[in-house]
Amino acid sequence: MATMEFEGQDYEVDEEGYLMDWSVWKEGMAGVMAKQDGLELGEEHWDVIKFLREYFEKYQIAPMIKILTKELKKKYGKEKGSTKYLYELYPGGPAKQACRYAGLPKPTGCV
Amino acid sequence: MADFEVPELTGEIIIPKVSPGASRHIQQFKAKPELMEELKFSAEKGSDWKEKFLLAMEDILKKYKSVRVFLDICVRCGSCADKCHYFIATGDPRNMPVYRQELMRSVYRKYFTPAGKLIGGLASAKELDDDLLDEWFTYFYQCSECRRCSVFCPYGIDTAEITMAAREIMARIGVASKYNYEIVNKAMTLGNNLGMIPVALESTWEFVEEEIEEKLEEVGITGVGVKLPVDVEGADVLLVTPSADFFAEPHIYSLEGYAKVFHQAGISWTLSTHASEGGNFGMFIGNYDHMRTINKRIWDAARDLKVKKVVAGECGHAWRAMYSFSNTLNGPFDFLKEKSPQHICELTLDLIKKGALKLDKSANDEFTVTFHDSCNVARATTIGGTPGDQFTIPREIINACCNKYVEMDPETCGEKTFCCGGGGGVLTDEVIEIRVKGAMPRMQMYSKIKESHGANFFALICAICKAQFTKVFPYYGYEMAEVGGVHQLISNALVMGAKEEV
Repeated sequence: MATMEFEGQDYEVDEEGYLMDWSVWKEGMAGVMAKQDGLELGEEHWDVIKFLREYFEKYQIAPMIKILTKELKKKYGKEKGSTKYLYELYPGGPAKQACRYAGLPKPTGCV
Repeated sequence: MADFEVPELTGEIIIPKVSPGASRHIQQFKAKPELMEELKFSAEKGSDWKEKFLLAMEDILKKYKSVRVFLDICVRCGSCADKCHYFIATGDPRNMPVYRQELMRSVYRKYFTPAGKLIGGLASAKELDDDLLDEWFTYFYQCSECRRCSVFCPYGIDTAEITMAAREIMARIGVASKYNYEIVNKAMTLGNNLGMIPVALESTWEFVEEEIEEKLEEVGITGVGVKLPVDVEGADVLLVTPSADFFAEPHIYSLEGYAKVFHQAGISWTLSTHASEGGNFGMFIGNYDHMRTINKRIWDAARDLKVKKVVAGECGHAWRAMYSFSNTLNGPFDFLKEKSPQHICELTLDLIKKGALKLDKSANDEFTVTFHDSCNVARATTIGGTPGDQFTIPREIINACCNKYVEMDPETCGEKTFCCGGGGGVLTDEVIEIRVKGAMPRMQMYSKIKESHGANFFALICAICKAQFTKVFPYYGYEMAEVGGVHQLISNALVMGAKEEV
């Protein structure tokens, strides 16, 4: 099993770097993962991560993209409340890349 | 964007020179032992794997006579050789259907035919070893079970069935794809491929209701009250659609379309938290037990909710599972008023023809639409019960709700359609290279009509196609928003509100 080192401790991750146990996630991990992808996390990135985790706690799955974009729209207005903008924030895909930073499992299926 | 070469779009499909091993490095992640055990397969490849493998193969050959026949009758004429999208895109000869099947045939000859047992290599028989097994794992997961090659095979050999058998044999020794078997497990335990629990489903469906309402309000229509009813006993229709319709874009827009159609036609319908998945990956892995268990949820929900009929949403292999396999797996829907499931496209077109839906074509005027036939609908089913209507019905719907439609090269449409490149359990990110390349033949044809007619909407009736093309379009420099569902177009054009008498 692959691991990710964070603050001197090893955490189990899968082949693509998703945490195996979402409950051990620490906020700082998101920044480390983003850095490896050459991304710097701004406020909007963090809003997505926090929302994902809150949603996951309640529903055991990430929300559909539309729910995410609506959340952004509420806070930042129409222009930033779009799928296009989400992909600008998370070029690897909002569900997939953002979920990884948030310590959540990757959504799979016909998606 | 990619660490491999994305094919150039020229509008032409050119058969490449053979390039042995060109896609040998592309392999799916393997399923973990715990997962395989949970699904009642061998946990992992043990030291006795060869014996187990051959026992599994013997069992399959006995159980599924068709597989044995297909192994025996191929005359290596080569008609299939240049028909596979993965071969056309990579040049790897192992992606010629005949040569991919040779991976199984060589083992079959060696251990199951007198000639192979006797003279081995001279009869093209091959000893089973680790290398060969690894090739199996690579290339039987580089087949999307699309069955295009079968259309051109003079004997009608069903390549997908060979692939399914190969995956099942490997699973029995604990060698399997993580992506496929995880999904099967989620469908078995939670009821859908995404793993959405009932409360997540209900909250999502509620969200979609609000979305529909808000969009209508934006154009000045209020109080329509389109609902997505949940677990309603006594509804006439149970809609079973892929769970991707509850999660991804553009899938969700077709879900809005189905709901609006039902609403406008005054049909009482329901979704089910129990049968919350149309897709059935049991088919992709060639395991009929799992396929039956997954399929049975639809059956049980239909019985429990006392509906009159089951309608299938936009999903290619789900439709095949319901249309072709359901009856054999779990018996006919004989307790329903309508014994066979109905495809949503047939239902919608009937309503259009009856005049029950008012469509404003101009709502789609920004689009020049084309339709991509999905393999499992095109080559394994019909939609309305007469041959060929799986091709005409979706096109008739599009033409009823759009002014501008353009067809791609007919040699690549209908039963000769090219796979999206992500079907049959290939839709996973670690094999993105084969997915992007596999989409190339279809992309060439789309680029051609884009150039000539300005096509800008790629209409689909399959969840896998939708996910695959939204992912690969950007690699080719196209916007993912050009990919959408047939019922998305209906949703755009459907005039809501005051109803005319049906």
